[in-house]
Amino acid sequence: MSDKSSKIKALQATGLMRELMGGHFRELDEAARTRDRKIAWCTSVGPAELLRSFGFLVYFPENHGAVLGSSRAAADLIPLANARGYSPDICSYLTSDIGSYLAGRTPLQKAFGMAGVPRPDILVYNTNQCRDVQDWFAFYQREWSVPMVGIDTQRSLGDLTADHMDGLVAQHRALIPVLEQVSGRKFDLDRLKEVVASSYRCTQLWKRVLQLAAHRPSPLTFFDATIQMGPAVVLRGTPEAEQYYPVLIAELEARIAAGEAAVGGEKHRFYWEGMPVWGKLRDHAEHFASLGVCVVASTYCNSWIFEPLGEADPFEGMARSYTELFIVRSEAYKEAYLKRMIDLYAIDGVIYHDAKTCPNNSNCRYGLPKRLSDSTGVPYVTINGDLNDLRLYSEEQTRTQFEALVEQLPGRR
Amino acid sequence: MGAVYCGVDIGASSTKLVLVGDDGRVMARAMELSGVDYAATARRCLETARAIAGGAAEPTATIATGYGRDNVDFAQETRTEIHCHGLGCWHGLNKAMSIVDIGGQDNKVIHLDENGRRREFRMNRKCAAGTGAFLEEIALRLALPVGDLNALATMATESVSLGSFCTVFAKTEILAHLRRGAPVQGIVRGAFESVVARIIEMDPLEGTVVATGGVVAHNPMIVEILAAKLGRPVLIPTAPQFTGALGAALTAAGLHEQTRPEPA
Repeated sequence: MSDKSSKIKALQATGLMRELMGGHFRELDEAARTRDRKIAWCTSVGPAELLRSFGFLVYFPENHGAVLGSSRAAADLIPLANARGYSPDICSYLTSDIGSYLAGRTPLQKAFGMAGVPRPDILVYNTNQCRDVQDWFAFYQREWSVPMVGIDTQRSLGDLTADHMDGLVAQHRALIPVLEQVSGRKFDLDRLKEVVASSYRCTQLWKRVLQLAAHRPSPLTFFDATIQMGPAVVLRGTPEAEQYYPVLIAELEARIAAGEAAVGGEKHRFYWEGMPVWGKLRDHAEHFASLGVCVVASTYCNSWIFEPLGEADPFEGMARSYTELFIVRSEAYKEAYLKRMIDLYAIDGVIYHDAKTCPNNSNCRYGLPKRLSDSTGVPYVTINGDLNDLRLYSEEQTRTQFEALVEQLPGRR
Repeated sequence: MGAVYCGVDIGASSTKLVLVGDDGRVMARAMELSGVDYAATARRCLETARAIAGGAAEPTATIATGYGRDNVDFAQETRTEIHCHGLGCWHGLNKAMSIVDIGGQDNKVIHLDENGRRREFRMNRKCAAGTGAFLEEIALRLALPVGDLNALATMATESVSLGSFCTVFAKTEILAHLRRGAPVQGIVRGAFESVVARIIEMDPLEGTVVATGGVVAHNPMIVEILAAKLGRPVLIPTAPQFTGALGAALTAAGLHEQTRPEPA
């Protein structure tokens, strides 16, 4: 039932993105060698804006985790961390990354000529996603004797109350003395406002990119977006992120104007819920395209839209942005959110990825898929897999599930 | 001679092939272990089935299903096992049902509505616990031919409970049971109950339940245990191991009752 010829259209803007991302990594590598600029490691939805306001270059280990997954380097690296007592059942970004450190090798060396991952002056986490990020950074804290600070965020939140916000804002402010000491700079509120404003503009651009996928046929797939989100993750708050997305948007709008689809002959529109299977991104993209399916949207890529950064107070903006995320929220919130996405993107089917080592971002474990399917009539499948550990992924079962979902859609034979 | 339509189901253990006529009537069935060369196995099954059908012509159309569905060089199209098992069961029953397919490598639960339209399906998680592979491992541990399991389970006067989800852990449990002198018949019965437990935890199994697949074909005691657990009969189609291949053949013949349009 599948058409084996590739129907995926490459995005031209990607060349510019690679240049900008390369610049970011080379800058980090230079700073790691010369120590002329301070480096902060930050969790991907952590207080990057605050760090940038102190002049830190910001490095995101989760981005490195995704690189290790998509390059399939993770397979050889995870066991090294397992052997050090890090369980195969915990975050495979963590185990891939620590394995990479233990092995002394990273795809960043070949891709950007880096000596290795840039050694930090400080580690800054936010437990909004999971506790694993804190334990991950704690490894490096012990290894390198560098300070570690962070934000401890409550999880499974319904509405954010004033009490939540007060606590979170206070935690953000409490980071300032440590950051002043490590950076050697005084806190500058005006500079923070500038960085937050830049991040907000990036957010608006990224949101525009993703929402263009609501067009039928979509000019963008989820698989494209997992790559295109790079600047929104690692460069937000910098001019480079703001430089990139208008170029991408122009290309996507041109596709729409020309009636060009990301997946030629788009017949069905799917939503991806949960983590990508990084080592199978290309395979999944090709497989869905061969079935005439465009996976148009995902919670994962939406998670770097930070609307509250537009608020007047930058601390309130950061605290709210990094706590109002899907992953931090209650089951009821998640169900309502997914229903909105199904409507917004005219979704025909939903793929839930139950990622073995990422329980916090596997949103299919408490009956949500069935409830949502019953209320919307939109069918779904749940695949068992993992973000990085392909030992936990079954190729044949996954392919069968994808194809069976397509067969089940109305109008199919 | 009329047109011949072919369905071939290349499963993890066995390759099953069915030929049907224009009216969906089964002309022949053939089966072989899948082996390592799926294309060759499928071709041999076809030749065997054509001979059984009295020298039937080359099929007008062939649909392949199962894990090896992309390896059948004489198939024009492929469908998933989920589609084919659904259609294969619907063809005989024409009613809403829950299908339980217990295969060599995975289990499926498929729900069809009263029009034969698939409402939902589930597959087991990646672990092979509760599948034919589990029973093969248990037979190996007990040094028994897998074909003897059903007769032994039937003879059991007690059931030795296997509590573990995991096939490897279940084999370790069996060692402990053997050490304390538990009867082999009871252990096999316990393994069968473990298979049924894995199925029941996949889905509530409401309404009419139909069981298909190689494990069902060779071990009818499993269906009896399932029926006892559910408290109502479980139906078994004719030649349950060939249900997927039959669904594929019916699809090839254009007899798509499973997903026919709603009446206007």
